[in-house]
Amino acid sequence: MNKFGFTISQGRQINFDEIKTDKVEKMLELVPSYKLCIGCGGCTAACTAAGFTDYNIRRIHTAFQRGQYNGLEEKLQRCMLCGKCLLVCPRGVNTRSLIVNMRRILANVEPVTWRPQREIKAESHEESHK
Amino acid sequence: MKTISIIGAGPAGIEAASVLAKQGLTVNIFEKSSSPLKNITDKAFLFPNFAAASDVAELMNKKLLNQNIVQHYDTEIVGLEREGERGWKLIDNKNTSHYSDMVLLATGYTPFDAHRKEELGYGIYNGVVTSLEMEKMIRYNQILNSIGEKPKRIVFLQCVGSRDEKSGNHYCSKVCCVTAVKQAIEVKRQIPDAEAYIFYMDLRMWGQHFEEMYRESQQEYGVRFVRGRISEASGTFDGKVQIKAEDTLMGLPLKMTTDLLVLMVGMEASEGTRCLAKAAGICGDYGFAQTIDPHINDCTSSQPGLFVCGACKRPMSINDVVNDGRSAALAILENIK
Repeated sequence: MNKFGFTISQGRQINFDEIKTDKVEKMLELVPSYKLCIGCGGCTAACTAAGFTDYNIRRIHTAFQRGQYNGLEEKLQRCMLCGKCLLVCPRGVNTRSLIVNMRRILANVEPVTWRPQREIKAESHEESHK
Repeated sequence: MKTISIIGAGPAGIEAASVLAKQGLTVNIFEKSSSPLKNITDKAFLFPNFAAASDVAELMNKKLLNQNIVQHYDTEIVGLEREGERGWKLIDNKNTSHYSDMVLLATGYTPFDAHRKEELGYGIYNGVVTSLEMEKMIRYNQILNSIGEKPKRIVFLQCVGSRDEKSGNHYCSKVCCVTAVKQAIEVKRQIPDAEAYIFYMDLRMWGQHFEEMYRESQQEYGVRFVRGRISEASGTFDGKVQIKAEDTLMGLPLKMTTDLLVLMVGMEASEGTRCLAKAAGICGDYGFAQTIDPHINDCTSSQPGLFVCGACKRPMSINDVVNDGRSAALAILENIK
């Protein structure tokens, strides 16, 4: 088969019609602020790990959303959970919780349901304003 | 007593007419259609507060009820000439001449003709519609795909005929970003199970409450945003549309089938704007009318007694043009004194 030195390339195109949404839906349940991301990349710019490795949290969670799980688990190990990304996010996405839960969902481990007091307060604050 | 002719009975022309008439001036307002406010009465809801377009139109219409305003419908002004000391001569499509001391151009815009972007399949595949058609579907609660079923997925594409050298329009049409967000919210209100995607190059949420609407569309309605311009659309055997784009945040090409592809068409200078701006010698960029200065003399043209307001100058939202109509009226009043 390989007599002529040809190989068949695997398609790189994201096919939206074949993406399974269960993992993303689980994530949205655990971290509702996930859907507010506007892809600005502030998280990645602030990230210490991103300064030394190819760890790019903005890209990783976009890949997760698009069902491109290959290699994500390994990449996610580079995060030290310092939470700087959480401080800079202009939309208040709970990025650290996103990372912890992404690790768990991808490893099929029971996700973390704990959420920081700050986020719960913010939500109840929003509720009372409706 | 000075007389004013206003060309165009849209929100800008009507607002200016009502201000001038209240000051005791005689106003002739000319409209080529058979009724005023065509661009508003075609719509369902207006951003950012989801006011019913019909209510807004009704309030605007009431402003025309003034004995100093003479309304001329089905009257298209095709010629505009300076008439010595007497002011201006307007010639309509019935070859009648109208004379007035001053003229206010409020001839507005026309939506971009989506047929010109052939690669997006408008007029070829039934699942491809324009934002104007979507607005009608929303208004009559009739959001249906090409085979008459409730759509499961709707894709909005921004910047059709705007920010596009290939269409000859380098400019941003200003209102399409927020219109897509508004329509996506309406779609989710009417069909909560449907997925709504918005493909964008930049999201320009410039006005008050626009950014909040964008956030609300994500938070409350789960509208999804993909950064990338759709390069082409093709039909599928079952009447859907397949699109190709780059997901630029991923750096990967993507494809997706959708029941409806909504093209957010931009604004271009209307035929009347092009023709009259040329006749009067105040042609600006892209066929729009040119004012003396965009900062402090934005309703005044280089021709004495000729004023300009609304979307015949550049793309504007409804609240923009209403304010601009008032500004133009004030510029005219200052000019009389």
